[in-house]
Amino acid sequence: MKLIAHLPDFSAHVPAAVRETTLHLFMGIGAVLVLASLIGLILRWRLGRDNGVVANLNARVNAWWVMVAVMGVALLGGHTGVVVLFALVSFFALREFITLTHTRRGDHLALLACFFIFLPIQYLFVWQGWYAMFAIFVPVYAFLLMPCLACLGHDTTRFLERTAQTQWGLMICVYAISHVPALLLLDIPGYAERNLLLVVFLILVVQSSDVLQYIWGKLYGRRKIAPNLSPSKTVAGFIGGIASATGLGAGLWWITPFTPLQAAGMALVITLMGFAGGLVMSAIKRDRGVKDWGHMIEGHGGMLDRLDSVCFSAPMFFHMVRYFFTP
Amino acid sequence: MLDRLVGIFLIALARLLTGAYANWLGCKPEVCQRLYFANHSSHLDFLLLWAMLPPRLRYKTRPVAGADYWNATCLRRYIIQRVFRGVLIERGGQHAPNHNPLQPLQEALDAGDSLIIFPEGTRSLDGEIQPFKAGLYHLAQSNPQVEFVPVAMENLNRVMPKGELLPVPLVCVLSFGAPIVLGAEESKADYLARARQAIVDILPKR
Repeated sequence: MKLIAHLPDFSAHVPAAVRETTLHLFMGIGAVLVLASLIGLILRWRLGRDNGVVANLNARVNAWWVMVAVMGVALLGGHTGVVVLFALVSFFALREFITLTHTRRGDHLALLACFFIFLPIQYLFVWQGWYAMFAIFVPVYAFLLMPCLACLGHDTTRFLERTAQTQWGLMICVYAISHVPALLLLDIPGYAERNLLLVVFLILVVQSSDVLQYIWGKLYGRRKIAPNLSPSKTVAGFIGGIASATGLGAGLWWITPFTPLQAAGMALVITLMGFAGGLVMSAIKRDRGVKDWGHMIEGHGGMLDRLDSVCFSAPMFFHMVRYFFTP
Repeated sequence: MLDRLVGIFLIALARLLTGAYANWLGCKPEVCQRLYFANHSSHLDFLLLWAMLPPRLRYKTRPVAGADYWNATCLRRYIIQRVFRGVLIERGGQHAPNHNPLQPLQEALDAGDSLIIFPEGTRSLDGEIQPFKAGLYHLAQSNPQVEFVPVAMENLNRVMPKGELLPVPLVCVLSFGAPIVLGAEESKADYLARARQAIVDILPKR
């Protein structure tokens, strides 16, 4: 492809082995988004500007353009770019999560530590490639130190509840999300320099699964699958979305170290985890009486509304790849 | 120029830390003379309220702040006077008998500026909204042409409780209510209670 010749300066941080593949993938995603934008335009023209579902659809598609662009810029930054992007994602996700918890004044120091000490250190370990510390820092060190800091607030009111909520937020928003850039640490035989594509595979399959569940649900969804947990998830959306995203994952086997069958298996597990994660995070939202985690991403809600499925699938994917594909 | 840049930097910082979001419930961000009154829990309050206004309104809107705090150091003086063009008022009692603490506010309103005030007078310790000081009533009496807009600032007491130095990043929602108008026969106490209730009513319930 000749186009790549014009981009040498931009892609200097991207390993040569994956430049062309990444470019092709992004062109493919771009084509899908152009199609989605066109469909959105036609629907708006046919059904009118006042149609709420269509307006929300268009807002979602526009946000996807921005999210894909941000992801593209991060990939151009290579290893460091991806680590920095997900550190920021964790920051925004944790910000939304802690906002909905019942912390008190006495937690101030512990919360400052979560945002400005534990989070940066976790991503520093990812960036350095120090696997052992990456794997235990939050579940051991942050887990034990955080309640000690909370004690300094001298407030015992609902202490266990407050501490548990903050720790849960740290596990989901920082520890779980940090498994996405941690894919870059894995040393897979015959796949050297290509790990950025594993990140693309994970994000692409999980996010496509969310989008496909939405489309299948809107087209054929009748029966709600878990009405108490999430009013928007339907049986048709679940089956159609998971099946088609698994198919997409299998079709992307050529960017991974997997065979087509293995790629399908991986895609099935991460989309199921993503679906379950969406239910768990939705249960928390319902309990708190809110519809969305925030309003950062127009049409989608907050960062956690977009990332809930990734939170649950990334650690599973990381460990499956690590167990089966590294020596 | 430099003052504007410092202002933009502070706004960006405040937005990064709080992910603040403006909810225009009872009015729109229109160009007209207004007095925004809000609940007060941290030093970030007026910065955030100021940040939520579109730029065309922001530079016509001046925060009202306590002179004792903001004149205490060079940096604070620079920020309040040059960056925010704040209106400083003397707090506490020892004044000459004919001293009117509202005088600087009235001058700013006469000049056509909008104002941001915190009628509780001081920052709340626990997020509870304290009774309003009478100044709001006197201003409403002498400035019927100005829209008095209630603003409920949620979560700021968690972001930076009184006495803490560093803010915890949490999402804050600023809700702008419908302007409240002083009734012809309305007493001072009734008006102040109604103004306070207007903020309580639009504060998101958690």
